[in-house]
Amino acid sequence: MTIPFYVPPEQLVRDKAEYARKGIARGRSIVALAYGEGVLILAENPSTTLRKISEVYDRIAFAGAGRFNEFETLRKAGIRQADVTGYMYSRNDVNARGLASAFSQTLGTIFSHEPKPFEVEILLAEIGPEPGQRDLFKVSYDGTVYAETDLVAIGGKADDLTVALRNGWSEGMTLDEATTLGTDAFHTVEDRESEGWEAAVLAPENGRRAFRRLDL
Amino acid sequence: MDGGVGGFTELLAQLGITPGTDLAVGGNTPSVPEGTTVLALRFEGGVVIAGDRRSTEGNLVAHRSIRKVFPADDWSAVAIAGTAGLALEMVRLFQTELEHFEKIEGRALTLEGKANYLSRMVRNQLPMAMQGLVVVPLFAGYDHLEEVGRLYTFDVVGGRYEEQEFGSTGSGSRLAKAYLRTTYVGPPTEEEAVALAVKALVSAAQEDMGTGVPDIRRDIFPNVFKIDADGITEVSNAVLEPIAQEALETIR
Repeated sequence: MTIPFYVPPEQLVRDKAEYARKGIARGRSIVALAYGEGVLILAENPSTTLRKISEVYDRIAFAGAGRFNEFETLRKAGIRQADVTGYMYSRNDVNARGLASAFSQTLGTIFSHEPKPFEVEILLAEIGPEPGQRDLFKVSYDGTVYAETDLVAIGGKADDLTVALRNGWSEGMTLDEATTLGTDAFHTVEDRESEGWEAAVLAPENGRRAFRRLDL
Repeated sequence: MDGGVGGFTELLAQLGITPGTDLAVGGNTPSVPEGTTVLALRFEGGVVIAGDRRSTEGNLVAHRSIRKVFPADDWSAVAIAGTAGLALEMVRLFQTELEHFEKIEGRALTLEGKANYLSRMVRNQLPMAMQGLVVVPLFAGYDHLEEVGRLYTFDVVGGRYEEQEFGSTGSGSRLAKAYLRTTYVGPPTEEEAVALAVKALVSAAQEDMGTGVPDIRRDIFPNVFKIDADGITEVSNAVLEPIAQEALETIR
């Protein structure tokens, strides 16, 4: 019989975090940035069938970076939670903060209790019922939640992209300006041509379901 | 985490919050509001679906401006007749189910898929129907595969029947269909279809106590939707008022 080695918890957490970060770094990044009264979500995605961006609820969108099967599981769970809450109570009782908190709990539990952490980062965007209201959330592999209002990036090059976007972003940009800023930021950070875009907006002019996919 | 097949209703069942579909055997059926006449008819390129605004409880008017026609999604609508409370809940569940499927799968159900799903929902209500709480919907929508408007009527056991020209459900349905049978000659234009729908409802209301006539003084008009290749749109009161006025003035 083998005697299990003692591993100090600090090292265990460090190793898991490193493992998760490596997995996420291999994947392509995704950004969300506010424009006018909406939010643009832009992902580099060579596939036209496998989606990284998705509608969750009336004014809420989801994007996942990292392992497809893992963020797809979270995406479906998010849609389920949103639809059940909206059906049981009211459509207005569903918000991105509640979903971010649920993702945070799920990812945090998996990070602490499972041998292998999820290699994903989750982005949630919501536009408010009032013009100009918006919330952006990033949930990382260990369940940490970051709340932003103007722009957020997830995936391997998230930090570099955030810097590149921050330099060019201004309140009240048009959708075209935001798109150009986003694609330019990718080109600058990755230093190569894109292999294909997946883009979507949350825009109040789309009606109750604010989510629309864009062709770039 | 279950597979993709389990829909929203199955999810509610897992959580133990499915709307009840059963009553204790032998209990007295409570007196509850009932919705009455709804109808749909095909026109060149689409389908019109309409309903009057009255609900009744026994021989009393329970509500005079109830809504009985609802968009199910951007390409279809469902209209209801029968026990109003159960029917409204069925509509809400149906709407949520269609949207849930679309978001999870990344594409909408086909029109036939939606009709079949609704059929199963009606079938699940059978225990309630046997106790007298009947819900019978009418379903219409645009079929992207065939590029035509289509409409379906149902019976209490969930039987699903596609109608080629027009269909109607509810206490005034026979009167409405009798009117349409003599006035529907080949597929009408969209405007003619809206007028036919309103006039058929007014005609049904002449002999069916459950069906309400348009109430111009109170600004209560039938709910009318048209669905074609551009999606679903509700016909505005401004369009309906002159049609209703004419129908009320000329009806014998």
